[in-house]
Amino acid sequence: MGQVVLRNVNKFYDSVHAVKDVNLQIRDKEFVVFVGPSGCGKTTTLRMIAGLEAISSGDVSIDGQVVNNLPPMDRDIAMVFQNYALYPHMSVYDNMAFGLKMRKFARREIAKRVQEAADILDIGDYLKRKPRQLSGGQRQRVALGRAIVRHPRVFLFDEPLSNLDAKLRVQMRVELKKLHQRLGTTAVYVTHDQVEAMTLGDRVVVMRDGVVQQVGEPLDLYNSPANRFVAGFIGSPAMNFATVTMMDGNGRLTAKNAGLELEVPQSQIERLRRHVGREVTIGIRPENLHVATNSDPAGFTFPSKVEVVEQLGSEILLDVRVGADTMVAAVDPTIRARVADQINLAVNPARLHFFDAQTELAL
Amino acid sequence: MIEGARWRRWVFFYLPMAMFLVFLLFPFYWMIITSFRPDGELYRPWNSVNYNPFWTTRPTLEHVRYLFEETLFSQWLWNTTFIALVSTVISLVCGVFAGYALSRLSFPFAGSLGTGIFITYLVPQTLLFIPLAEIIRNYKLGDTPWSLILTYPTFLIPFCTWLMMGYFKAIPRELEECARIDGASRWKAMLYIIIPVAIPGILSAGIFAFTLSWNEFIYALVFLSSPEQKTVPVGVTSELIRGDVFFWGPLMAGALLGSVPVAIAYSFFVEHYVSGLTGSVKG
Repeated sequence: MGQVVLRNVNKFYDSVHAVKDVNLQIRDKEFVVFVGPSGCGKTTTLRMIAGLEAISSGDVSIDGQVVNNLPPMDRDIAMVFQNYALYPHMSVYDNMAFGLKMRKFARREIAKRVQEAADILDIGDYLKRKPRQLSGGQRQRVALGRAIVRHPRVFLFDEPLSNLDAKLRVQMRVELKKLHQRLGTTAVYVTHDQVEAMTLGDRVVVMRDGVVQQVGEPLDLYNSPANRFVAGFIGSPAMNFATVTMMDGNGRLTAKNAGLELEVPQSQIERLRRHVGREVTIGIRPENLHVATNSDPAGFTFPSKVEVVEQLGSEILLDVRVGADTMVAAVDPTIRARVADQINLAVNPARLHFFDAQTELAL
Repeated sequence: MIEGARWRRWVFFYLPMAMFLVFLLFPFYWMIITSFRPDGELYRPWNSVNYNPFWTTRPTLEHVRYLFEETLFSQWLWNTTFIALVSTVISLVCGVFAGYALSRLSFPFAGSLGTGIFITYLVPQTLLFIPLAEIIRNYKLGDTPWSLILTYPTFLIPFCTWLMMGYFKAIPRELEECARIDGASRWKAMLYIIIPVAIPGILSAGIFAFTLSWNEFIYALVFLSSPEQKTVPVGVTSELIRGDVFFWGPLMAGALLGSVPVAIAYSFFVEHYVSGLTGSVKG
C-alpha cells in the first residue's frame, strides 16, 4: 500500500509563504509528478512528505495515518536526491545495504535484496566500487537501487535526472517508467522539466508560487489547461499568446487585434459571448498552426511575416510576426520558407484556447 | 614556465626557489649538525686553522647521551606526549560536536555563538595566562599535567570548532537527510555517515591541535615549576641554559628530538591533511 493524502498543507519560512493550501490525493501505485518553475514550492512539498521539512499547517497522511510528527525514518519512504547523495566512504553494496542494516535486517536477507536490486538496475558488476569510481549514470542507478532495496510504501524523487546529460536523461526516464511498471510502488516525482512530467506521470501537478495550478493526466493538462500559466508551461515549444478583443457581428463572434482576426468556433461561442467587447487572451499551440491552403476556411487564417526559420528535420519551426505579436509555428518539413517571406497561417479551430485577460483562467 | 629562454627559468624560478629553500631549511640543518658535533669543535674560535662550521668529520652521540642520562629529557618527552594527546582528544571531541551543532542544527543565536567562539580564539595567550594562573592556583592544579591539559583546550577547542564547522558545512546536507530517511536517527547518521566523511577534517584538526599543544610554551612555563613535570620546550630551555651559559649541543639535540614526533605526525597524515584543508568531499 502507499496512499498519500495532503490536506490543506502550508509551509511558511518566516514571512515567506512557500506552499499554499495544497490538497492532493495520491492513489496507491500511482506515479504523480510535481512540476513547475524553480521556487514554486514543489521540492518543499516533497520534503514535507518525506519529513525533512516541518509542516506549518495541514496534514500529510500515508495510508490513512497522519505522519506530520513522524520522523523520516518511521514513514517507510525512500528518496532519491538530485545530487544522488551516495555515501562517499561506502561501497555500492554498503550504500544499498545501509538502510536495511539500520532496520536490522538479517544479513542473508540484505544480501538477497541488494542482489535483486542490482540485477534489476544492471549494476551487479560494481557492487564493490566506491561512488567516486562511477559515472553519473551509474551513480544514479545506485541511488535508485538504494531506494528500491527497502521496498518502501512510497518513492520520492527530487529532480533525479537533472544532473545527467541530455541523452542519458532520456534513457533513464524510460528506465524509471519501466521500473515503476515493474514494482508498482507509489511514486512522487519532482521536476522542472515538463517533458519528464508528461512522459512519466500518471497524473501531473503543476505548481506556481506555492499554489497548485492544476492536477490532471498529462493529456488533460495539454488539451484543456486550467489557466494561461499551465497552458504556457506544458508543451514544447510553448503555446503562443495574443491579446485580442471579442467582437460580435451578425451572430458570428470574432477575436480581433491589429494583426489577426479569427472566428470563434461554433462550439465555443456560447461560453465566450459574455466577453464581447472585452479583452481576452487567445492561445494557439505551435503544432496547431500550419501554412494555409485553399481548403482552410477563411475565418481561421491570418497573415504573418517570417523572422527566423529553425530546421529540426522532423518539422520546421517558423518564428513569425503577427501584427505586434511574435508566434512560433511548427510546420511540415516540406515547406520552403525564407526569412521575410509573407505567409498565411491557418489554425485548427478545435484547438483554440481562450483565457481571461485579467484572471488568466481558461474560458 | 614552459616557454621562454633557459636563463629566464633559472632567474625567475630555480634561483628564487633555491634561496627560499636555503632560508627555510638552514636552521634545521644547523640544528642537526650542532647536535652531532663534539664540544671541541663547537666552541672552537672562528679564526682557528681548522674552523669548519658547516660540517663535522667526527660526529658524536655524546649530546644525545647527555640529554637522556644527565637531564630528565625522557620524562619531559613523556610529559609532553601525555599532555598533548589528552588535550588534543578533549578538544577534538568538543570541537567535532560543537562544529556539527553550529553548522547543522538551526537554533537561536547559532551564528553569534560561532562568532563568539572565534573571538575567544583571538584573545592572545600572553594575556589569557594571567587569569588562568589564578584559576589554576585556586584549584591547586599548579605543577601538575592537569594544569596544561585543562588550559590548552581554551585555545584548542575554538580552533577545532571553527575548522570542523567549515568542514561540516562543505558536506552536502542530502547525505544526512538520506541517512535519516534510510532509517538512521540523527545520532546514527552523524556516527555512520557524517563523521566518517569528515575524517580528513578531523585529522587536520587533530594534527594542528597536537602540534599547538606540543609546542606550547607560555602556559607550560608559568604553570609548571618542578623539573620532573616540565614539557620539552620548557625543560630544554630552562635546564640547558644556565644563566648565560648555553649548552648548545644538548640544546640542539633536544630541539631535534622534540620536533621528530611532530614531523612524523605530519608526514604520516599529510595526504589527509591537505585534503582536509581544501575541504574536498566527493559525492
